[in-house]
Amino acid sequence: MDLPIDYPTLRVIWWGLMGVLLIGFALTDGFDLGVAALLPFVARNDGERRMVINTIGPTWEGNQVWFILGGGAIFAAWPFVYAVSFSGFYLAMFAVLASLILRPVGFKYRSKRPGKTWRTVWDWALFVGGFAPALVFGVAVGNVLQGLPFHLDGDLRTHYEGGFLGLFTPFTLLCGLLSVAMLVTHGAAWLGMKAERGAVADRALNIGTVAAVLASVLFGFGYVFVLLGHMGFRIEGAADLAGPSNPPATQSIAIAGGWLANFAAHPWMWTAPVLGFVGPWIAVTGLRLRRGWAAFGGSSLAVIGIISTVGLSMFPFILPSSIDPRSSLTVWNASSSQVTLFIMLCVTVVFLPIVLAYTAWAFKVMWGRSTVAALAVNPDLY
Amino acid sequence: MDFAVVELSRLQFALTALYHFLFVPLTLGLAFMLVIMESVYVMTNRPIWRTITRFWATLFGINFVLGVATGLTMEFEFGTNWSYYSHYVGDVFGAPLAIEGLMAFFLEATFVGVMFFGWEKLSKPMHLLTTVMVALGSNLSALWILIANGWMQNPVGSAFNPQTMRMEVVDFGAVLLNPVAQAKFVHTVSAGYVTASAFVFGVSALMLLRGKWPEVAKRSMTVAAAFGLASSLSVVVLGDASGYALTDNQKMKLAALEAMWNTEPAPAGLTAFGFPDMKTHTTYAAIKIPYVLGLIATRSLDRQVEGILPLVATAEVRVESGVQAYDAVQRLRASPNDVAARAQFEAHKRDLGYGLLLKRYVADPRTASPALIQKAAWDTVPDVPVLFVVFRIMAAIGFAFIAFFAAAFLMVTLRRHQTRWLLLLAVVMMPLPWIAVESGWLLAELGRQPWAVDSVLPTFLGASSLTVPQIWTTIIGFTALYGTLAVVEVGLMVRFIRRGPYGAHEDLIDPPGAPGHRGPAPAPAPAE
Repeated sequence: MDLPIDYPTLRVIWWGLMGVLLIGFALTDGFDLGVAALLPFVARNDGERRMVINTIGPTWEGNQVWFILGGGAIFAAWPFVYAVSFSGFYLAMFAVLASLILRPVGFKYRSKRPGKTWRTVWDWALFVGGFAPALVFGVAVGNVLQGLPFHLDGDLRTHYEGGFLGLFTPFTLLCGLLSVAMLVTHGAAWLGMKAERGAVADRALNIGTVAAVLASVLFGFGYVFVLLGHMGFRIEGAADLAGPSNPPATQSIAIAGGWLANFAAHPWMWTAPVLGFVGPWIAVTGLRLRRGWAAFGGSSLAVIGIISTVGLSMFPFILPSSIDPRSSLTVWNASSSQVTLFIMLCVTVVFLPIVLAYTAWAFKVMWGRSTVAALAVNPDLY
Repeated sequence: MDFAVVELSRLQFALTALYHFLFVPLTLGLAFMLVIMESVYVMTNRPIWRTITRFWATLFGINFVLGVATGLTMEFEFGTNWSYYSHYVGDVFGAPLAIEGLMAFFLEATFVGVMFFGWEKLSKPMHLLTTVMVALGSNLSALWILIANGWMQNPVGSAFNPQTMRMEVVDFGAVLLNPVAQAKFVHTVSAGYVTASAFVFGVSALMLLRGKWPEVAKRSMTVAAAFGLASSLSVVVLGDASGYALTDNQKMKLAALEAMWNTEPAPAGLTAFGFPDMKTHTTYAAIKIPYVLGLIATRSLDRQVEGILPLVATAEVRVESGVQAYDAVQRLRASPNDVAARAQFEAHKRDLGYGLLLKRYVADPRTASPALIQKAAWDTVPDVPVLFVVFRIMAAIGFAFIAFFAAAFLMVTLRRHQTRWLLLLAVVMMPLPWIAVESGWLLAELGRQPWAVDSVLPTFLGASSLTVPQIWTTIIGFTALYGTLAVVEVGLMVRFIRRGPYGAHEDLIDPPGAPGHRGPAPAPAPAE
């Protein structure tokens, strides 16, 4: 079939769209995770906690779809990536699912019964539902940067040689903490905009400041790890950009410093790490000046910068293999067929703007600060 | 191939899917019933309809959130437990799942927040519009999921690519317009509407039996009886039998659920009752109703419904042909330009999956003996006694609801809502739709065995390379988590049903006699 867009271009577009979806998830559901992780610490009594939950009450459900869509889009556009990562991270994935299942139920059910024990249990379930996914996503990205211990056999079946505990190394824990710090900053900035001024906002401001400073420091440490840890992969010779998706046909090798090569070749890419480093400081400034919007803008820039840095440094690699570099999944060898990528692009071009439009409308309708006083008079609140 | 891993992965998938499907049907139906109730409110402007809508919306919310939460598991379980399946069919199967997220789930999830929190922030028609969007989103969601599932039952519009060792899309239109998917969609959402109608009618009956809130209960019953009668007719009349003539696997499913071992002269009779025996290929104590099966399955008097034994003979030929296809694939992978191998592949490719059935017994299907080929052909027969039973449970409940809702519709039309036998019957029948829908899932998916994708990929090949302890960990984890959530959910449902439509919160903003739409939150605005 003759398609108006060639295969290599489609692959790059879908690499970019995967980034857009992950960033979309981190920008929207990211502050929900951050707020949930902050819940027991910024809000001390039941009224405060309900107020905090109601800052995200009407919109967390839509935000969460970015995660589901991310999974679906990776399945459709990068089936190898979907197959290798989710089966490889099997138990970690279960931990994420279990925490993400607790989260919606926690939002919805927590305030439906008066008991103190009941509510306290759900508060901590919500904390786990925010903290654990943030940590595991970071740890997972760290593992991807190091290379995953998997290989593909002759039938292209994936075999993962690592276990659950093997996921945790100093570098991957650093990535996990960076992810938590980044999303807690984002959550604190959100509370700065959406929570009523007072004790809760002040606590969020203080924790958010610490988290933002930590995020920029950890991001810097991450760079040092990549530099000194000699991490990186490269494709030997010319890659077949339009070749069939069959990873072992590509000559991928592990090479020290490979993750920094793109920045050397394309200096404009430094924009991403600079954003990742500066964003948290804008957030700190906004928080200290009590400018919610500035803080949220800063934490958003941090999210965009940090995630883009990972993607750009690895391009064209998506999931490199540490034990069999030839099994590594790249933009050129792990995608769906050209037809599927094209159809999915058409669907995305039509529907993503519609989704963004009604999401913006929903946020607009629900705008305004959440207050403790409203809990007494508005029966719709959680 | 570790078969313990395969069987445990199947068990986990079945448990998580059956659990997810406890919540989905109610969501599908209740969303539309909320639209009906709220439309009446917007058109008549009578506050009682607002009270009714909000009462059922509260119960909807408690149920909805678990459907969403457990749906997360389904989205990722293909990757975690069925990674070879994900690789093998992701090019085709992933697309409807992704489109479901983009087109349907975003719609449903974004508007559901506005629906619950926007009562005081939106005009009445705008709020009704958000409710419509929630109903539309959840039902579109079902459409895309069933397009994905329909492709597993009848894999149209795709072809195997030896260079990438997977199925790839050749005609996406065919995947969308798959007749099996369409039949399944209508059948499944109708079943959801019946479930919701039975729920609303049953809960209302409980209220009347306790002498509580008759003004809410009676109106709800009227909506439920009408919606339930239409849906229960649709679920049976537009059942997914229409897809049963399409593929060998679908024919096998039909023969198996009827325990019809041999082809009978057209039109075949329907076995109402019996004891099928897999070993002797006989159904003992069978009670047959002449002609009915042939009429339903083929929509004709003269076309035959094939029996299990002749279908196994067909399968044997296809396994032999599949070995040829497998051989051609191996040669094409070694030298992609081998013309003879390409010709051989083209001639036998539709049977490649049948060749893969042999991988259960030998690493290389080309070395299989005739005895193994025969064994593989017999593997295409699903579990006949189980299908025979679950089909009868599902069908019996389906017909029972037509009778029930016909009676209910008659009684509410005559304004005899308080008829005691009807109320008691409604309460007794309330759990039955769930038994029917779970039976229907078992029928559709056990009936698909041994295939993950009909004639393309055997289920056992689709599993991930995991270990038994890993899967036991997650099975135990899911069981504990889901079990706890089920108890919590039912507890909350009961609590809010007992509290009724004028719970503490409602009193807050709807003092008796206050009409219509109210000022914006948070102020307890005075009546207009």
